Amino acid sequence: MRVEITVNGQPHSREIEPRLLLVHFLRDTLSLTGTHIGCDTSSCGACTVLLDGVAIKSCTVLAAQADGCAVTTIEGLAGEDGLSPVQEGFRQCHGLQCGFCTPGMVMAATALLAERPDPTEQEIRNGLKGNMCRCTGYQMIVESVQWAAANGGAR
Amino acid sequence: MIPAAFSYVRAGSVEEALDELSRHGGAARLLAGGHSLLPAMKLRRAEPGVLIDIGRLRELSYVRADGDRIAVGALTSHRTLERDPVVAEQVPLLAAAARRIGDQQVRNRGTIGGSLAHADPAADLAGAVLALDGVLVARGPSGVREIPAREFFTGRCRNALAAAELLTEIRLPAAPGRSYAFEKFSRRALDWAVVGVAAQERPGGGVAVALIGMGPTPVRATAVEEALAAGTPAAEAARLAAQGCEPPDNAVASASYRAHLAEVLVTRAMAAL
Repeated sequence: MRVEITVNGQPHSREIEPRLLLVHFLRDTLSLTGTHIGCDTSSCGACTVLLDGVAIKSCTVLAAQADGCAVTTIEGLAGEDGLSPVQEGFRQCHGLQCGFCTPGMVMAATALLAERPDPTEQEIRNGLKGNMCRCTGYQMIVESVQWAAANGGAR
Repeated sequence: MIPAAFSYVRAGSVEEALDELSRHGGAARLLAGGHSLLPAMKLRRAEPGVLIDIGRLRELSYVRADGDRIAVGALTSHRTLERDPVVAEQVPLLAAAARRIGDQQVRNRGTIGGSLAHADPAADLAGAVLALDGVLVARGPSGVREIPAREFFTGRCRNALAAAELLTEIRLPAAPGRSYAFEKFSRRALDWAVVGVAAQERPGGGVAVALIGMGPTPVRATAVEEALAAGTPAAEAARLAAQGCEPPDNAVASASYRAHLAEVLVTRAMAAL
C-alpha cells in the first residue's frame, strides 16, 4: 500500500507493507534513527514521537495508521535558532547519561509542555510515566523539563 | 517484533466497517487505537488475515448527555475521557479510571471501545463501566442490540459480540454528585493493575463495587455489595471482597495475594466514598 506521511515538515510518499510499524518507517525507510527502539512493547517510551502534535509510542502504531498525518521526531525539534527549549534544558541540567531514552523523553516532555506550560513537579513525573530511564534516577530529567518550562516551553 | 502479514482496509464509515466484517468473517479484526491488538500481533498471539482500521471514524468519538444517560462513542480516547467536562460532571468514575491507564502516550491512542472489546480482565475502564451498570451497544448485520456490561465479558479476552458485530457506544446512567472511588495496585507505574476496585454510589441507594484482576473477567463484588446494603460496616464488608472470585495465580501475583489486595483496596475505596 502507499502512504503519504509528513515527517518534520517534509512530505514522504512510500510503498509499504501494511504491517510496517511507524518506528520502522522512520528508522529504516526514512533513515531517521533518532527515534529509538527500546522495549518494543509500548512500555519504555524510547520510540515516542508526535503524531499530529500528540505524543505516541511509534512501536505500537502502524505506518498505515499515520497515512496523511504529520509526524515530528527528535530530528525535527531544533530550529535555525538552535536547540528547542526542552533539548536545551536537558543539556543545561544534565538530563541524560547514556542518552538512549533521551529522544523519547524530549518528545514526551515537549508534548507535556505544549499542554501544560507550567507543570508542577508531580505533573512532570506523571507526564513522563511512560518513559523509562535506567541511568539518571529521573531527578535531573525533571529539572531539565522545569528549566524548559521557564525558558520557552514546548516550542 | 514484526506482526504476521495481513491485508489492511480503512473503513470510511460504520456501514463500511460492518460490510468488511461480514465479507471477511472470522479472519478480520477491527483496529481502533491498536494498543491492545498491535502488541498481541507483534507477539504473534493474534494473527488476523485482515485488519479493518476504524480508527478514523470520528462519528464514533463523542460524549453526549442523553437525558439521565451519558452516551460515549466507542472510539472516544482515554485522553478525552480524562478531560471531558460531561464525563467529569456526570460519570466522574469513568474519568478517574481513564486517568489511571498506562501513560500519556497510551491514553492518547487507546479507546474505550477497544479496551472493552479486548476484554482484558484487568482493564481499568471495564471495572468502571461494570460498577456504573453500563450498557454496551453493538451494531451488526441484523441491527442494533444492547448488552449489559454484566453480560458482556464472557471470559479472559472474550466478549459477547458476534463476529460481524461492531461495538459502537457505551451508555452509562448519569451519577452526578454521587460519590465514587477507583483504587488499583500495580507493580510498576505504567503496569496493568494486579487488582483494582471501582466503586460507585448508586442512584437508588447502595454501592456498586467492581473488581479487576480477580478472575477471567472483571466481576461485581456481590457479597460486598449485599453486606453493605444490609448495614455491615465497610471494613467488615471488605473482608468478603474475594468471595466467589477465581483470582489468577501467576508470576505477577499469587491468588492469595490478590485476594488480600482485593480486601485492602475495597477498604480504601469505601473510605474514599
